[in-house]
Amino acid sequence: METPAREPIEASEYLLRKLALPEFSTRRVDSASSAGAQTYQALSDGLLIRGGKIVNDDQSFHADVLVEDGLIKQIGEKLVAPGDIRTIDAHGLLVLPGGIDVHTRLQMPALGMVPADDFFQGTKAALAGGTTMILDHVFPDAGVSLLAAYEQWRERADALACCDYSLHVDIARWHESIKEELEALVKDKGVNSFLVFMSYKDRCQCADGQMYEIFSIIRDLGALALVHAENGDIVDEEQKRMLELSITGPEGHVLSHPEEVEAEATYRAVIIAKQANCPLYVTKVMSKGAADVVAQAKRRGAVVFGEPITASLGTDGSHYWSKNWAKAAAFVTSPPISPDPSTSDHLTALLSSGDLQVTGSAHCTFSTAQKAVGKDNFTLIPEGTNGVEERMAVVWERGVASGKMDENQFVAVTSTNAAKIFNLYPRKGRVAVGSDADLVLWNPRMTRVISAKSHHLNVEYNIFEGVECRGAPTVVISQGRVVVEDGNLLVTPGAGRFVPRKTFPDFVYKRVKARNRLAEIHGVPRGLYDGPVHEAVAPAKAASGAPVRTSCPGKISLPPVRNLHQSGFSLSGSQADDHVARRTAQKIMAPPGGRSNITSLS
Amino acid sequence: MHLEGGIIKQIGENLVVPGGVKVIEANGRMVIPGGIDVNTYLQKPSQGMTAADDFFQGTRAALAGGTTMIIDHVVPEPGSSLLASFEKWHEAADTKSCCDYSLHVDITSWHDGIREELEVLVQDKGINSFQVYMAYKDLYQMSDSQLYEAFTFLKGLGAVILVHAENGDLIVQGQKRILELGITGPEGHALSRPEGVEAEAVFRAITIAGRVNCPVYITKVMSKGAADVIALARKKGPLVFGEPIAASLGTDGTSYWSKNWAKAAAFVTAPPLSPDPTTPDHLTSLLACGDLQVTGSGHCPYSTAQKAVGKDNFTLIPEGVNGVEERMAIVWDKAVASGKMDENQFVAVTSTNAAKIFNVYPRKGRLAVGSDADVVIWDPDRAKTITAKSHKSAVEYNIFEGMECRGSPLVVISQGKIVFQDGSLSVSKGLGRFIPRKPFPEHLYQRVKIRSKVHGLHGVSRGMYDGPVYEVPATPKYATPAPSAKCSPSKHQPPPIRNLHQSNFSLSGAQTDDHNPRRTGHRIVAPPGGRSNITSLG
Repeated sequence: METPAREPIEASEYLLRKLALPEFSTRRVDSASSAGAQTYQALSDGLLIRGGKIVNDDQSFHADVLVEDGLIKQIGEKLVAPGDIRTIDAHGLLVLPGGIDVHTRLQMPALGMVPADDFFQGTKAALAGGTTMILDHVFPDAGVSLLAAYEQWRERADALACCDYSLHVDIARWHESIKEELEALVKDKGVNSFLVFMSYKDRCQCADGQMYEIFSIIRDLGALALVHAENGDIVDEEQKRMLELSITGPEGHVLSHPEEVEAEATYRAVIIAKQANCPLYVTKVMSKGAADVVAQAKRRGAVVFGEPITASLGTDGSHYWSKNWAKAAAFVTSPPISPDPSTSDHLTALLSSGDLQVTGSAHCTFSTAQKAVGKDNFTLIPEGTNGVEERMAVVWERGVASGKMDENQFVAVTSTNAAKIFNLYPRKGRVAVGSDADLVLWNPRMTRVISAKSHHLNVEYNIFEGVECRGAPTVVISQGRVVVEDGNLLVTPGAGRFVPRKTFPDFVYKRVKARNRLAEIHGVPRGLYDGPVHEAVAPAKAASGAPVRTSCPGKISLPPVRNLHQSGFSLSGSQADDHVARRTAQKIMAPPGGRSNITSLS
Repeated sequence: MHLEGGIIKQIGENLVVPGGVKVIEANGRMVIPGGIDVNTYLQKPSQGMTAADDFFQGTRAALAGGTTMIIDHVVPEPGSSLLASFEKWHEAADTKSCCDYSLHVDITSWHDGIREELEVLVQDKGINSFQVYMAYKDLYQMSDSQLYEAFTFLKGLGAVILVHAENGDLIVQGQKRILELGITGPEGHALSRPEGVEAEAVFRAITIAGRVNCPVYITKVMSKGAADVIALARKKGPLVFGEPIAASLGTDGTSYWSKNWAKAAAFVTAPPLSPDPTTPDHLTSLLACGDLQVTGSGHCPYSTAQKAVGKDNFTLIPEGVNGVEERMAIVWDKAVASGKMDENQFVAVTSTNAAKIFNVYPRKGRLAVGSDADVVIWDPDRAKTITAKSHKSAVEYNIFEGMECRGSPLVVISQGKIVFQDGSLSVSKGLGRFIPRKPFPEHLYQRVKIRSKVHGLHGVSRGMYDGPVYEVPATPKYATPAPSAKCSPSKHQPPPIRNLHQSNFSLSGAQTDDHNPRRTGHRIVAPPGGRSNITSLG
């Protein structure tokens, strides 16, 4: 495992030298994460942010913020800086808790390729956009255990990440020892969220029964169930059909992943989660249909959260029909971006009303050359779009600048809700004394145009090319240090710490616990049924080994044994051996509603 | 109205009829087309038992209730021949049935040889409707892929696709859990199959049908959730039909908690009756406004002794309730007598819509010259109490016990003969004819045909992409057989072959062997939004 980890670091070192960043000499890349926090404190020398308007999810107010040792030390009016520390003037700016991107895939393997943006490039872009924490998905390759995959991710991220990060673990395939693995991850590794796939047939797809079992395990552990909601069976059939129609370009991707298929899987996931009484989190809500399913489920009382992503909020899927193959391919992700141009408005409205709660980016970029692996077959195009850098600006533009949501709701959907759901609150997601000093000074009057020419990514196409965003970060502070200032990046690979997360987040589990107590079910206490019993005919009729109809395969259900204590004689005159099959006119003297055959009727 | 030779000869005022014709005074009563019960199981095998009411008993009860035609389900053993089962049912019904009948065939397993059998059934045997199951795991259940294939194939045949919609996987999990909790009585049946499980499967069936562009018909709509899914889907466009049954319209599932085991067991059917007592009202409202279209009975009763096979384990209780006799009266009482629908809508949901969907219209389902003389004289004022003491079924419990229905049939005429008058039946075994049905019913397929034409799919015509292509490493990183993240597994896709005609040399200076994985800083000179690599850009 030493070699694979080394190579990307060298690549980054190369980059850093090229960029001649000052902090390269002050801080060596350190693979041990445990040392992270301590060594780091020496570097941060404190900050005083003056005159800004602090925006939390519940209120906004004008105050100064004093940052020391990577934490927020004081909030108040006219704070006096202790000694000689740097003061930032934030008059006219909003002081927001740094964004939390709940969904990135900076190391997702696809056809043996890795994404163009790795942990260094990806977190750098995140910081540039005002996101100070990412939650990346660990995707275990076939044959790799969840734990081993987790370690691989930790190793790379610890070495390369420029901002704090945490990890979701994808359950890519079901196996027997899954319960032990999940338990180990939850108890020792600080992971409290697991993703199951309802799509990618024969690779990662999870059957309904398995999902129920996984959800039950997750509920018992106090973790959160994430789903990738698409019906893999239908997608598979549709892909076959498209290829048969000789549609091989990127438009085939969206045609074979229709919206209904996403909505259907979302609906199913909600029902399964409800059965298992497990909180559910739907990643990548891309269509109006799926969003409506989430919203309706919430109205019916389900504990469910929905995550639209930058791509579904900021653009639409009409580009799949672009004549430029490379551009069309850049949009390929699953579920696809909806071709319905009213989707982003609808999703933004649901975010504003609280029907959807968080925003991610699902950042997983592949260069045009990598996408071109599928140039003759859209099913081979590696999936993923950019968005980690653009997320905050896109949500601001679509939500706040358009008047759909206020600045507080903006903070909720870009940061606070994520922190609450994933149990990072109030360390993250709030500007408060004692919280991590991950702050963004947001200028609502600055306008920027997104373009691949100026983005911080390794890919040639930006799916938001030309989108104008009113509102942008001017200063970004991560762990108490200024990392972005007036467009200049001062990032350090390896500075990002892994943030472990505890189980049973209150925001999610308080309700679930109460429901668990209420949902206890009891049988009806009845006397034993002692009436006549039809003797089931031995499986003579069916030559197919007569599978008992609804018996559950897990338990061996014995065929009804004849009770020897019970007399076959009954006053009705019918005898035990009367019950031969097909005696259709047979009557038993138990007048309906009247005399019961039960002895101990209460 | 003048009936002769089993068909309606004349309709008019003050008709002059030839002598020797019996005249029935129907003053003040309604003359309606005989009911069509779209869902009965009069010969359903369950654990080696057959339903207590056979074709004779069942059709007799049907006639007594004003239903003059039934459509029964052929349930073949999984894996066995559909044709053989069809012949078995056909023979049994021909000898025993008292009223006209037709047959649905249930597809209990999806295998290779089944396509030919389905073709034969549709083309030679007069079957145009097939039921698939989303429940009964490891027995009848079909996966989504199979459903997609089956729907595609059946659409090609012009058949009506019936779906038993329940999520079998979740039911198995539910049953396991309930049994582990030590609940073995009939209430476990309802607890292990909550409403969401039904609604979910309905949603899925509609989604698949929507993709295939075929009509889909949901049998036994038992819960509000499932009915709402259908109603919503109809508003969005898919061709969906929903069939509530007598049980879901007339009673609710609270009886599963009855202290009387035999009574509770009598209610066991799948999907189960909803324990929500507002369900019948809701379903009736949807029937009245046309969101649901037809009513069946799902008639498949088992005697208490037969039900008692599952006395220690609710999963073994044979499923099925009565309803063929009560159906018309219940719909009248719940809908017409309560003011929710008028008598015309009553005829539509009990008879006409069924005839249209299953392509027997206007032979059945309408009072018109030339139609079959299946006529009911309905007395809207006569109240009758349903009870097992007087019902025609062979079972001890009637799930509608004690229910008073305003409105009941006075005279029932089947094939031009009076079979029921003033409470007395005069039926004869084997009189019922098999009604063959043609595929592509207009009511369903007209729209499907047009939609197929309108929604043709076309790719985008582009030039060949001739930019650089990342070479997928032949050997995967982690000593595993490279689960490619994107190729569809069912087709064996060869890895992209290196195009020998294409030069590896590019002006950007990047070479083929530059493309090692993990070169994160790797850039390809194709300025975003700028120069395109495509030669024949339009």
